[in-house]
Amino acid sequence: MKYILAILVENKPGVLVRVAGLFARRGFNIESLAVGKTVDPTVSRMTIEVKADEKTLEQVVKQLNKLINILRISNLTHEPSVNRELVMIKVNANPANRAEIQQIVETFRAKIVDVSLQSVIIEITGNEEKLEAILLLLSHYGILETVRTGKIALLRGSKVTKNGGVKENGKDVL
Amino acid sequence: MVIEALKKENVDLIFGYPGGAVLNLYDQLYDADIRHIMTRHEQAAVHAADGYARVTGRPGVVFATSGPGATNLVTGIATAYMDSVPLVLITGQVSSPLIGTDAFQEADICGITLPITKHNYLVTDIADLPRIIKEAFYLAASGRCGPVLIDLPKDIQQAEGEFRYPKNVQIPGYNPTYDGHLGQINRAVKALARAKKPVLYVGGGVVSSGAHELLLELAERTETPVTTTLMGLSAFPGCHPLSLGMLGMHGTYWANIAVNEADLLIAIGARFDDRVTGKINHFAQGANIIHIDIDPAEIGKNIRADVPIVGDAKRVLIELLKKTDSKQHPDWLARIEELKNCVPLDYCQEPEGELLPQFVIESIYRETKGEAVITTEVGQHQMWTAQYYKFKNVRSLASSGGLGTMGYGFPASLGAQLGRPEETVFCIAGDGSFQMNSQELATAVNYNIPVKVAIINNQYLGMVRQWQQIFFRRRYSSVALENGPDFVKLAEAYGAVGLRAEKAAEVAVVLRQAMATPGPVVIDFRVRAEENVFPMVPPNCPTCEMIWSDEE
Repeated sequence: MKYILAILVENKPGVLVRVAGLFARRGFNIESLAVGKTVDPTVSRMTIEVKADEKTLEQVVKQLNKLINILRISNLTHEPSVNRELVMIKVNANPANRAEIQQIVETFRAKIVDVSLQSVIIEITGNEEKLEAILLLLSHYGILETVRTGKIALLRGSKVTKNGGVKENGKDVL
Repeated sequence: MVIEALKKENVDLIFGYPGGAVLNLYDQLYDADIRHIMTRHEQAAVHAADGYARVTGRPGVVFATSGPGATNLVTGIATAYMDSVPLVLITGQVSSPLIGTDAFQEADICGITLPITKHNYLVTDIADLPRIIKEAFYLAASGRCGPVLIDLPKDIQQAEGEFRYPKNVQIPGYNPTYDGHLGQINRAVKALARAKKPVLYVGGGVVSSGAHELLLELAERTETPVTTTLMGLSAFPGCHPLSLGMLGMHGTYWANIAVNEADLLIAIGARFDDRVTGKINHFAQGANIIHIDIDPAEIGKNIRADVPIVGDAKRVLIELLKKTDSKQHPDWLARIEELKNCVPLDYCQEPEGELLPQFVIESIYRETKGEAVITTEVGQHQMWTAQYYKFKNVRSLASSGGLGTMGYGFPASLGAQLGRPEETVFCIAGDGSFQMNSQELATAVNYNIPVKVAIINNQYLGMVRQWQQIFFRRRYSSVALENGPDFVKLAEAYGAVGLRAEKAAEVAVVLRQAMATPGPVVIDFRVRAEENVFPMVPPNCPTCEMIWSDEE
């Protein structure tokens, strides 16, 4: 199954390659990966989606924990959380079908961010099912190119993934 | 600054090889009161530092230059990483502005060693250097030990900076667990009290945490027989009545069968390696498994653990012993005695017949009373050493277990001898392995390091030949070493003493002569060519399915 890990790492050069290299050499699969700074500029947050069985996931987490630059790993899979990905889709669009495409875009609460005579670029965020659904619909018009970010996730409610654990009002919960 | 930091870490010995990108470092070494041993190849410098670390328990320190100097370290670093040996390696790097330009002798050694170091650093600011060195020593020698590399660009070596050595280290992402979970320890105590057929299965973790005396106490108090991995051999006296010797592919019959029949297996500082377990789902099938290890990632990696205990072997055993009552297992011990008599380790040395390798190694054992520091190369002689040399003292064996590095043993013996100058150090080698780093005879002679190299010379890459004989119908492909050098003359060419024995009666004589010689000695033991290591568990078979002799 797919698991979502939120990983806090020291914001230092080479940390990404340590994480990616570990996945590669131990034969673990990364489905998606997103990384960026947190409010604390010395700490970055990676969201990694891993396809694995439970035993492999346990090894993934334990081996990641051995990397010196990793501060905290939280498994958000079974926690109530908000998951999002952003996709930009360049679709064939001529004056005849542009209105139809416009309608799909509105239904999905997506946005058209660029228009040319022969194509449009659509920007959409959402969870995986929503993105797959719009991609399927738009494929009828001819998708020229897509780009997507990795999945990012935050716990619902006031719980946070912090260096030192997942905390709610200062108390450890995970 | 590097030298000052090393002094703060009480380093008195460095192994290395100079070069363009470490000129500044070596210039500082010129009038420093730290001894530097220049090997003849960087690989030998790491192995020597590794041998030093294994027999002393202190981190080994290595210097090498950028590019080829650094890449020559790779095999040695991987060897140390697989066997969890503490090393601090300092490599030169091209000047910071040149990094990434394919400059002369540039190699991305941090990238290259990423999977084989516990951690590594590229120093980008002189101000970070003291902290990095402090962290490197701490990381190398704490938790599960391992090699740590510091890549030091030339301009950083030349830079001036204020030297303030930190007292403490703060690494937020690194907090090894030393104390075992008390609840789990209590479960282990109960399991031990219930067990009727317990076996202790002990690895290198007991050696590195210094838990050998506690292990002896636990084994004796609960009458539990002890089997060890190759890495754990020196953790338990080989002559002790509770010793089962080594288990696994070339382990003793009784150790493998005992594990198979056990109702409780207590693994301490061992990692259920495939050479130990054979076909994993047949290993210790009837046993509850207590797994004590400092590295949480080892627990549950290869095998289920019924009682997982993450912690330092020594601290866990202290807690465990507080609550463990003495116990007798007369029936179990009688069964083990029966197994020992059923298929003993033996060989038949005819007085005038071909010399047998087992006889040579057992003779080294007899002549040194099991008290020498032994290093080995990799192959048949290594397994015979594990079988026939009964180690008496902890940290008296340095052998490449995980990586199986040919060429390790001889340079490692140099480091071991320098770390333990008062003791007799033997390197038990094969004629193949020895040739992978025989140039270090120059180092041995240069510094008069009095190691004794016993070459078990069968004119073959013996272990590969054995597999070809058994699994490939004797199609001996590229394993003959018949035109190998005359090792006596080779030793003499370097200025060492060379001896030879071809008959059983000569063995003790040359061994005594070697031990009476104050400098390095190479002994060429011309042994039977097609002798095989038995018992042997064919790869990926259950460990109870052993081959015992050539006839099978």
